[in-house]
Amino acid sequence: MSEHAAVGKLKQKFADAVLDVVEFRGETTITVKKEQIVEISRFLKDELGYNFLCDLCGVDYLGKSPRFMVVYNLYNISLKDRLRIKVPVEENDATVDTVCNVWSTANWHERECWDLMGISFNNHPDLRRILMAADWEGHPLRKDYPLQGPDREPYQGRLQ
Amino acid sequence: MAQTETMTINMGPQHPSTHGVLQLILELDGETVVKATPHIGFLHRGVEKLSEHRTYHQTIPLTDRLDYLAPMSNNLGYVLAVEKLLGITDEIPERAKVIRVMLTELTRIKSHLVWLATHALDIGAMTVFIYCFREREAIIDIYEKISGARMTSNYFRVGGLSEDLPAGVVDDIRAFAEKMDEYVDLYEGLLTGNKIWQKRTLEVGYISGEDAIDIGLTGPALRASGVDWDLRRDNPYSGYEDYDFEVPVYEEGDTFARYKARLIEMRESAKIMLQALDKLQDGPILADCPKVCLPPKQDVVNTIEGLIHQFKIITEGFEAPEGEVYVGIEAPKGELGYYLVSDGSANPYRMKIRPPSFVNLQALPQMVEGALLADVIATIGTLDIVLGEIDR
Repeated sequence: MSEHAAVGKLKQKFADAVLDVVEFRGETTITVKKEQIVEISRFLKDELGYNFLCDLCGVDYLGKSPRFMVVYNLYNISLKDRLRIKVPVEENDATVDTVCNVWSTANWHERECWDLMGISFNNHPDLRRILMAADWEGHPLRKDYPLQGPDREPYQGRLQ
Repeated sequence: MAQTETMTINMGPQHPSTHGVLQLILELDGETVVKATPHIGFLHRGVEKLSEHRTYHQTIPLTDRLDYLAPMSNNLGYVLAVEKLLGITDEIPERAKVIRVMLTELTRIKSHLVWLATHALDIGAMTVFIYCFREREAIIDIYEKISGARMTSNYFRVGGLSEDLPAGVVDDIRAFAEKMDEYVDLYEGLLTGNKIWQKRTLEVGYISGEDAIDIGLTGPALRASGVDWDLRRDNPYSGYEDYDFEVPVYEEGDTFARYKARLIEMRESAKIMLQALDKLQDGPILADCPKVCLPPKQDVVNTIEGLIHQFKIITEGFEAPEGEVYVGIEAPKGELGYYLVSDGSANPYRMKIRPPSFVNLQALPQMVEGALLADVIATIGTLDIVLGEIDR
């Protein structure tokens, strides 16, 4: 399959920032440096027409370095085309600049990512927990957070 | 000197017009809303976390419980994502694809019926509620015949369907689809020309097309703001490219436009269902992928190989190749997306659901600020939210 059109343009404009390009099942995933995510987002939206942010989420690759990935699933409404951008995030500096100013819809997605994955977003207008209670401790979607919740023995099956 | 003060009041989470456990903190200046802050999460069950500890098949019942008014749409989005991850999208048999489309469109009607019923009831038109629930009952009966459950259908499987349609249900579906136009005429007769309905919905909850894209609105709410985008037509899945249907688009961007768009969608869904019924041919309902699909029940009870096969898939599941996929489908409420990350094991490493209601609700504050308190009720209704999928 030929290379996605956005890859060449991104590489041309942000030569140092593009870390990796993966094709899988016809979907293109571009990994970029997190320092430049806002400029890249703005370029993708204004120049390449990816005007719709479908989804934003964090993925925890516990045991790997960098530990987290923040994933942006984009859509171009006029070309009906999808593109995925990822940024690696280190555990000891789990922050990314917000893209709320590029796509307003990122607001709640980033709040959710903070709430469940513990990745905070710089300059976010309203970074509060969204799904868990305001006084909750911990970030449940992290891989080292127990499925049963904190302070509980793991479920052993009802016969034991 | 006269001084005015704004007043902060609480609405929900136990309030009939918030359609579930949605809480709104409203700052009011008299009857005018100055600021609206939604609070969600009261129904959070951790579906995404749970799915990481289950096999791909065991996750399907969890998806029923997201948007519980449209379980088959959730099933479809999920199984399409897993099939894409496995690379077996092209191997789904024709009969399974046609049945999927037919039942997803039936589900769309079911979801829109609840939207119309509760939306109208909130605004004060009670009769519509009774009629809509009468039709919904017929759909639920069809659901029960097909899957055994009235709401949480759990009917689609990775690779096809859990079982074939029972005898006679095709006639029920056809009878229902043929009458749908008549039913919609009835609702329109009660509402469209109704002066009270118009006063409560025209120019209420306005959002422009540009703002709607920016905030992430999808589905009929986006199309009523003049953006012509429907995933069934633009990125077809499950064979939608073979059906002939219209996508209603309105420019007004208000509650009345969204109302009209959804009514037309119901008519179009019935049209698609009738086309699907005409296409329906006998054939297999599961892909020929023994590593993924369960064997026919007859083999399981009669042969030791079938039993072992079933046992292995149930206990161990199947391993998906390492990679990540995103699949978005046009659910009744908008784009329902599943983002799956696989590490090569039998469980999803990460499953992120993009629930349309979650994103659509985000538009509520900007749609109601500056409007009257009573319009908040109309706007919540018109966004067609389901808290089960917002909170996951």
